Amino acid sequence: MSTVSTVPAAAPALATDGRIRSRWAPWITASRYAALVGLVVVFLVPLYVLVITAFKDPTQVSPKQMWALPDSVSLETFRTVWPTMKDGFRNSIVMAVPAAVIASFLGAANGFVLSKWRFPGADVVFPLILFGMFIPYQAILIPLNQLMRDLDMHDLTGLTLVHVVYGLPITTLIFRSYFGGLSDELIDAAQVDGAGMLRTFFFVALPVALPAFAVAIIWEFTSAWNDFIFGLVLTSRQDWPVTIALNNIAGSQVVPFHQAVAAALLASVPTLVVYVLMGRFFMRGLMAGALKG
Amino acid sequence: MSELVAAAVRTESVSKRFRGGVEALRDVSLDVEPGEFMVLVGPSGCGKSTLLRLVAGLEEVSGGRIYIGDEDVTNRLPQQRDIAMVFQSYALYPRMSVRRNLAFGLRMRRIPKPQREQRVTEVAEILGLEHLLDRRPAALSGGQRQRVAMGRAIVREPRVFLMDEPLSNLDAKLRVALRAELSLLHQRLGVTTIYVTHDQVEAMTLGQRVAVLRDGLLQQCDSPQDVFRHPNNLFVAAFIGSPAMNFVEATVERGVVRFPGAEIPTSARQDGKVILGIRPTGFSPTLDRGWPTLEVTPEVVEELGDERHVIFELTAPRVDTEATRAAVEARSADDATLLPEDRARFTARVPTEVPVTIGEPLTLAIDPSRLYFFDPESGAALPA
Repeated sequence: MSTVSTVPAAAPALATDGRIRSRWAPWITASRYAALVGLVVVFLVPLYVLVITAFKDPTQVSPKQMWALPDSVSLETFRTVWPTMKDGFRNSIVMAVPAAVIASFLGAANGFVLSKWRFPGADVVFPLILFGMFIPYQAILIPLNQLMRDLDMHDLTGLTLVHVVYGLPITTLIFRSYFGGLSDELIDAAQVDGAGMLRTFFFVALPVALPAFAVAIIWEFTSAWNDFIFGLVLTSRQDWPVTIALNNIAGSQVVPFHQAVAAALLASVPTLVVYVLMGRFFMRGLMAGALKG
Repeated sequence: MSELVAAAVRTESVSKRFRGGVEALRDVSLDVEPGEFMVLVGPSGCGKSTLLRLVAGLEEVSGGRIYIGDEDVTNRLPQQRDIAMVFQSYALYPRMSVRRNLAFGLRMRRIPKPQREQRVTEVAEILGLEHLLDRRPAALSGGQRQRVAMGRAIVREPRVFLMDEPLSNLDAKLRVALRAELSLLHQRLGVTTIYVTHDQVEAMTLGQRVAVLRDGLLQQCDSPQDVFRHPNNLFVAAFIGSPAMNFVEATVERGVVRFPGAEIPTSARQDGKVILGIRPTGFSPTLDRGWPTLEVTPEVVEELGDERHVIFELTAPRVDTEATRAAVEARSADDATLLPEDRARFTARVPTEVPVTIGEPLTLAIDPSRLYFFDPESGAALPA
């Protein structure tokens, strides 16, 4: 059209992105945001109380001033609870980090073989592995406890092993789906180039699996870190993970509640850190360039 | 570049049945000479890629033997067959630079590093990839990726190249350009090459010989000229050549072949029904050669610059056999029909000097030496 300059003034307003919008659009947008902000506030209130209480000076903490911001930031409460949390914290890290890494690596190997290096019976093996995800902890707790005692592994190593095994179904699922999206021709190419199963796995499949590793490690670390019942049953006092230490503080009636919230905050830091660190690798596009356009 | 030793490839009545019972290949025997450029062509699902994968060792044969050189490689792993393959999707290793992509095959074969680097440099030079060696595949254009894929095959100096539709992901212009480069490369390296394509133009232009497959059966294996001039059967005739051959049901009676609108004297042959095939180039507007003629009314005229394609309808019913249908379906979408076709529709190539108007009657001469006869039952070519 050659009459661009004569567009009537009453035409629907064009937003900056050039899309045509209804004239109610600003109101709809405003009310949508109002509703979202309202919901965010509702969900964040407990967190708000948790954080401000933990950072208050212990003398300022009282139910009357629960909502008030602290006058100054104080780490006094953290100092008080740290000695009781310290051992649990260390135990949890010693257990959850290897558990997440080993379970992810084994899951990657499983997933690769189940999706790209198929063997007869793969369609039976995979559902069997997956079934492990649906076995409730309670169902196996007593025999497992007995087994770990008989194996003389009633300690952190044993607990790590249990988390690795319990993590395998989900990590296998993650990697099987991920490798399933990998081009078969890539695997064929590696084979023609002279790589066998192991070298195809290590040189071709693993380097592109970083996003899957991020998902699997975040998942496995979080579930091992947050586990309570295995930690309680399968280890003795000196090997108790942080969740039990937290329970001993937060669950007892005699501990002031600002100490309980500070302990809870401490116990949740590592999972957040892992998420922030690994989340970067969630990025897509690691496969870019392998295939056409 | 050191001289490569070309090897023959031979398949002996190879069959492939997939789990689930699909018969991809039946009794295919193919002889590829050392250094030959052999093209496997056919519609999708004809088994051409399967045959290539069997030669590569990526699939197991269900029956028959495969030989590379003098060795029986039927039960060998791909890495033991000394072949290199170029894939349709290129299948470059995404986390490796071009250099490491090229060197990967050598690394897997434990070639020492200095030699590896020397080979990579040589091949990069041949393919003009020197300035791209440190890039990741993601940072390359389609044509460059294709080159890297080619380089990865060349660098290992294999006895056989296997190529699975390596040009089909490129745009039309680049495809034509790389087609010519591929021919040059083959002349230079002289390595036995088996090339799979569904594009009959690619097959005709690249292949020293063309093997046409359909439904897992080898239809014909000949030079492009022979496949074009002497098709074995209706399918090959309909599949090879662009525009496609025209078909009409005709009767032969006392040395004359008849179909509605034309009577063509032919050297004595058995009387009866036949399917008659005429290439679009078998028509001529020049009427002074004493050739039999056909009165037509042009329906569509396609201007191609140097020539015209005149499309017209006959009063005869359309030839609708399984073979012609398969060939029509296999051709690219621009040959697909929009209109319901119950009558035979012909395409004739006419030089631009002859004026043609849609709807105005036109007389075309038919070259009697370029008629093709097929058995209407079996589709087999009958001696002309």
